[in-house]
Amino acid sequence: MDISRRQFAIGSAALAGASALPFGMGSALAQAPLKVGFVYVGPVSDHGFSYQHDLGRKEVEKAYGAKVQTTFVENVPEGADAERVINQLAAQGNGLIFTTSFGFMNPTIRVAQRHPKVKFEHCTGYKRADNVATYSARFYEGRTICGALAGKLTKSNIIGYIGSFPIPEVVSGINAFTVALRRVNPQAQVRVVWVNSWYDPGKEADAAKALLDQGADVITQHTDSPAPCQIAEQRGAWSFGQSSDMQRFAPNKLVTSIVDDWGPYYVRRVKEVMDGTWKAIDTWDGIKQGLVVIPPFNPSIGADNVALGQKVKDDIVAGRLHPFAGPIKDQQGKVVYAEGKHASDEDILKMAFYVEGVQGSLPK
Amino acid sequence: MWPRLVPRGEASPVMVWMTPVLAVALTLLAGTALFAALGYPPGRALHAYFVEPVSTFYGLGELAVKATPLTLTAVGLAIGFRANVWNIGAEGQLVMGAVLGGGLALAFWGEEGPWLMPAMLLAGILGGALWAAIPAFLRTRFNASEILVSLMMVYVATLFLNWLVHGPWRDPEGFNFPQSRMFGNDALMPVLFEGTRLHLGTPIAFAVVLGGWFLLARTFVGFQIKVLGLTPAAASYAGFDQRRLIWFCLLLSGGLAGLAGVIEAAGPVGQLTPAIPQGYGFTAIIVAFLGRLHPLGILLAALLIALTYIGGESAQITLQLPIAVTGVFQGMLLFFLLATDVLIRYRVRWGAPAGEAGRA
Repeated sequence: MDISRRQFAIGSAALAGASALPFGMGSALAQAPLKVGFVYVGPVSDHGFSYQHDLGRKEVEKAYGAKVQTTFVENVPEGADAERVINQLAAQGNGLIFTTSFGFMNPTIRVAQRHPKVKFEHCTGYKRADNVATYSARFYEGRTICGALAGKLTKSNIIGYIGSFPIPEVVSGINAFTVALRRVNPQAQVRVVWVNSWYDPGKEADAAKALLDQGADVITQHTDSPAPCQIAEQRGAWSFGQSSDMQRFAPNKLVTSIVDDWGPYYVRRVKEVMDGTWKAIDTWDGIKQGLVVIPPFNPSIGADNVALGQKVKDDIVAGRLHPFAGPIKDQQGKVVYAEGKHASDEDILKMAFYVEGVQGSLPK
Repeated sequence: MWPRLVPRGEASPVMVWMTPVLAVALTLLAGTALFAALGYPPGRALHAYFVEPVSTFYGLGELAVKATPLTLTAVGLAIGFRANVWNIGAEGQLVMGAVLGGGLALAFWGEEGPWLMPAMLLAGILGGALWAAIPAFLRTRFNASEILVSLMMVYVATLFLNWLVHGPWRDPEGFNFPQSRMFGNDALMPVLFEGTRLHLGTPIAFAVVLGGWFLLARTFVGFQIKVLGLTPAAASYAGFDQRRLIWFCLLLSGGLAGLAGVIEAAGPVGQLTPAIPQGYGFTAIIVAFLGRLHPLGILLAALLIALTYIGGESAQITLQLPIAVTGVFQGMLLFFLLATDVLIRYRVRWGAPAGEAGRA
């Protein structure tokens, strides 16, 4: 409340100052605020994916004050209901709508056809239209850093990996993690448990317990609640946070997190709509562009490991290290990417196999 | 001294139909207090909840879209419940209806015709009925509880759907994401009014309501069902074949749930995805009881429950009411419904009456 009021004051002061300019500003002053809608799959309190998107929404409010008016709807199921929610946001005058889960793709496209003047942005999907852009983050770059550190930290050589759904985004994360893990520690193996949910603290905690019982001493997750980190903390196992900085949930044993920082992207896209320069493009940014952020490493992993994590991160940013640089073998030992080659973006977006070192088979 | 509940003998027939109205009124009152206490203007919150969602033609269509699978499923369940046949697994039958009907849409993708939609609806009914046949067989052959069997089959059906859309039925152009192709035009439920999502499934649901009413009120099977439910001993004395009635109730409720499933897949969803099961099969149990196990009551109950869902979304959008508050509000409605239901069957007495002292 306080912030937005202060921003409002600053914003209007700036406008008042600018209105001394000879032209243009009068109409800007009279203009109604741009309404921006956000649709979340989880609750904003998940401390994960939806929470991070909502932080991005708040950054938009902070950046533009009274010039924007944001609305969000949380816990929207990825089925027939999503279309109604998106449609209602469009019907209520939102000029730009962010739909932030893969399952909102087809509903977004359908609503976009009905509301050609409204601009839509769909997160993690692949269908675009004249008024539908797509955006996502190269989460797998963060997995490479986590994998390398896990290889150093594990003593049992068993890493527990909690997956949500076996979609390419998650599978490529598992593979990026495993490739980096085994470059550091060829003996290490990854065990995956699928919980078939993005956010289910109970199931996620059960999965973490099961993996720890099977001897895992490092836990990583591609689900949104901090439950696995908390379980790992209790049992003295290392863990990596997902989507948001989960350090406060596991202060002693969390190595780092793979944080999605949507704020700058949202701020930029909102501005483009205001300026009339918005285009229905695809954005897929990573650590270099700041969409994926790796918070400082836990010092208790040791100075060597902190230095290793930093080096991997720097190499990725500098383009010296591709997370899917060959040689990479699949589970049958067949070379998929030879030495000197690496997976293309399209390969990563469609990835549907496990690399060597992942146990079990990919659910079909 | 604690209050006790004493059975009333017979519930007042007027009150049986009045309690839902009373419960809604109490919910409005309590909701007003809740919204006011949280600092939201109660008038606007209730408006956003109950009026705004249905104030446009599109919104009315959405109400019908949401109520359609609930109605279809609940009518079948209610007929079974009347006969003491407890099909708790409508969610799984709904999924199998979507799988069989949707499977047909995918099998004939690109070579469809006007015959496809009727065939899909039949396949959906068949899918649901086949899935319900498993608990029916186990119940009639081994006396296994249909409650447990049908419930557990829900998880099997859901995982089967997941396997299909992650594997063999995955959209070949879909970047390996777990969903089927979008159905072709002939495999989609025709939309009744341009600009809404109101589809042919809604008139079908109306027809099912009338059919269900006719079955219960005017046919011999319906009579047998009611007798079996009220006094099983009388039913067997009268020579009614209990096994046949169990089979009938489970196949009927399974078939209708399957029909709801294929209509949902071919209607608002338009493809098979892991998100087909949305809990309609379970919510339909509430709808069936809320509607007093009467098809017409079910229609009203389905509309009311659908409105609370849509209203919750609307209140979030308009007032930025947190989802937890909309959940509490929905919970209050069910609480008042159940509480008033208890009170039409029981009266509250304070203190132990003579002759019953020490028995409680």
